Amino acid sequence: MSVGEYIRNSQIWKSIFRHPAPYDRRNRTVVMLTNFFLHLHPVNVKQQGIALSYTWCMGGITFFLFLVETITGVLLMFYYRPTLEWAFQDILLLRDVNTLGIMREIHRWGAHAMVITVWLHMYRVFLTGSYKPPREFNWVIGVLLLVLTLLLSFTGYLLPWDQLAIWAITVGSNMARATPFLGHEGPGAAILNIGGFDLITNASDARFMLLGGRFVGEATLNRFYILHCVAIPLVVAGLIAVHFWRVRKDGGISQPL
Amino acid sequence: MLDPHPDLTSGVIHGLGYLYALLFCMNAYWAVRSFKLGYHFRLPKSLGGQDVPSAGPWAMYAVLLLLVALAHFVSAGRPDAFLIRLPGWLQDLVNVFADPISYFALSTVLFVAMIWLREWWVKPTAAWVLLNITLVSMGLAITDYDFRQIVGKPDNVPIVGMLFIVAFFTWIYFKRANDNDKRIAEGRPLFEQENNEKVLVWPDLVYAELICMVLITVVLVAWGIVLEAPLEEAANAAKTPNPSKAPWYFLGLQEMLVYYDPWLAGVVFPSVILVGLMAIPYIDFNKRGSGYYSFNERKFAVITFLFGFLPLWVAMIILGTFLRGPNWNFFGIFEYWDTHKLAVLDNVNLSDLFWTSMLGQALPGNMFLRELPGILLVLGYFAILPGLMAATVFRKFFHRMGFIRFVVFSNLVLLMVALPLKMVLRWTFNLKYIVAIPEYFFNI
Repeated sequence: MSVGEYIRNSQIWKSIFRHPAPYDRRNRTVVMLTNFFLHLHPVNVKQQGIALSYTWCMGGITFFLFLVETITGVLLMFYYRPTLEWAFQDILLLRDVNTLGIMREIHRWGAHAMVITVWLHMYRVFLTGSYKPPREFNWVIGVLLLVLTLLLSFTGYLLPWDQLAIWAITVGSNMARATPFLGHEGPGAAILNIGGFDLITNASDARFMLLGGRFVGEATLNRFYILHCVAIPLVVAGLIAVHFWRVRKDGGISQPL
Repeated sequence: MLDPHPDLTSGVIHGLGYLYALLFCMNAYWAVRSFKLGYHFRLPKSLGGQDVPSAGPWAMYAVLLLLVALAHFVSAGRPDAFLIRLPGWLQDLVNVFADPISYFALSTVLFVAMIWLREWWVKPTAAWVLLNITLVSMGLAITDYDFRQIVGKPDNVPIVGMLFIVAFFTWIYFKRANDNDKRIAEGRPLFEQENNEKVLVWPDLVYAELICMVLITVVLVAWGIVLEAPLEEAANAAKTPNPSKAPWYFLGLQEMLVYYDPWLAGVVFPSVILVGLMAIPYIDFNKRGSGYYSFNERKFAVITFLFGFLPLWVAMIILGTFLRGPNWNFFGIFEYWDTHKLAVLDNVNLSDLFWTSMLGQALPGNMFLRELPGILLVLGYFAILPGLMAATVFRKFFHRMGFIRFVVFSNLVLLMVALPLKMVLRWTFNLKYIVAIPEYFFNI
């Protein structure tokens, strides 16, 4: 008996993989049904549905990049404190002290790439008409995931706390103060006052809520940190699950009807 | 004296050497491919008129590229004497034509040409020639200091990459769509329906996914090693950089700020884009073209989406990233970002045009009377045009969609057109606001 065979016949191995290796047709079917990580796939698919020139693989790459971002993001969190005192210093240390460290690079480039792959995924889905019935609602979930991807990238942009970060966020979030009715420089905000007392001021409007202050400061850093590392990823993970589930339930990978 | 902004340095020449070496490999492969496939072309009568294998010219071109690459490697040490660089007059010419009007006109022309000539440019040879032209132009452009400054920024590199990737996938789309359109016209089955047996996910899909993950990891690691993530000086709320730019994927929206106020460009339009995207499956009543590439089956939907994505989103991001400099002024790609560049701002409101220029009287004191022409125009645009559309060009749509769908659809289309419309009005009449009520931050 070879070593490989010995291992595959051990009780430990068999407790993890509940059936023989997927070498024959039966076990290739069983592996898809018994493995948690594979079970979001069907057992078999139409050949053209998974052809690379058809799918471009962009949805899959987006999901993989989300995983890459999660892993590198968690590693970065070990080295980063979201305070005015430390945020920038920690990034400097990450760059100058950690030899061969490219986690921040992979995290940043992965994030840029993810924005692009989400767009390309939507591009493909549109151009193949794959949003048409019965997949309408999954397209809507996809648009929500697009928004969340952009928000993830936007909130992460602030964390290095350098000039690039705070000014990009300042420019972006300044838009919020022009929100109709809810921004203090937005049309209609002046109407919302009681007895001459303005309800919408620069200390109570949409921008204030976004930043946790009147300008991009420590409260903003903390707020964006939590949104970036906890709140948005959780929502995204939930929506990805629904998105994948709906792919299966709405007729599988898209194909000519 | 040492030039602080050298157009060429040893490093740049060396790097360009690798670019041309890569181009040589690509075209050597292309020559071999062309030889194996037996492509021929006919010489003009004046040159003899015989059939010549296409591999010949491609091989000559490849050898030329190899020589250019070698020239870069050999003379990298003497940047001052190096001759392969973008001629100054060409830079000046490009800069002269660089302004938002030409940029938008050019992207629109390209967009129309892309659809008009879709049969031609999807041919592998045509696409290959276009790719070569683009890459060689890039290579030449990199010999300019100002171009390098903006394109070489670490955060801008993905945008340059995106340009090529989007072009590539658009090419794939039109190639597959043309093929299917021809099949449908001839009554043959779709490409997606041929050889479409069921296969097991293990191994066919699972292994493809694994390979894909490995490749993406390799790309990310290589990218991470070659290019350091940017880190500028520590945040300083007292020192505003000029220009201050939002993250790159929002630069299309920031560009809209030139034409519309923040409440529209920064809040309403982005929301409308998202709502509009979500509404697509519910307003597209066309049952055909589901699950396969096609153009003729759903012309209107595809053209509208491509127009929104290519000229209005991607091209605007390119514009906002590469061509907007200090004070959000427009700069040509070879132009120095001069903080003191002056742009004439003599924009006028519609109310000024109407009351002062047309009627020759002073602006009315009452702001609603003052803005009445603009308010009527905007109301008419959103209230009357949909009805006109339903009765004329979109009559079929109206019948198929029903009232509510059509109202949503027509307003989305009108909002989408509102951006290019305001751009053209700005360029032709210097129009600032159609409705200007700054008292209530209500400017359109």
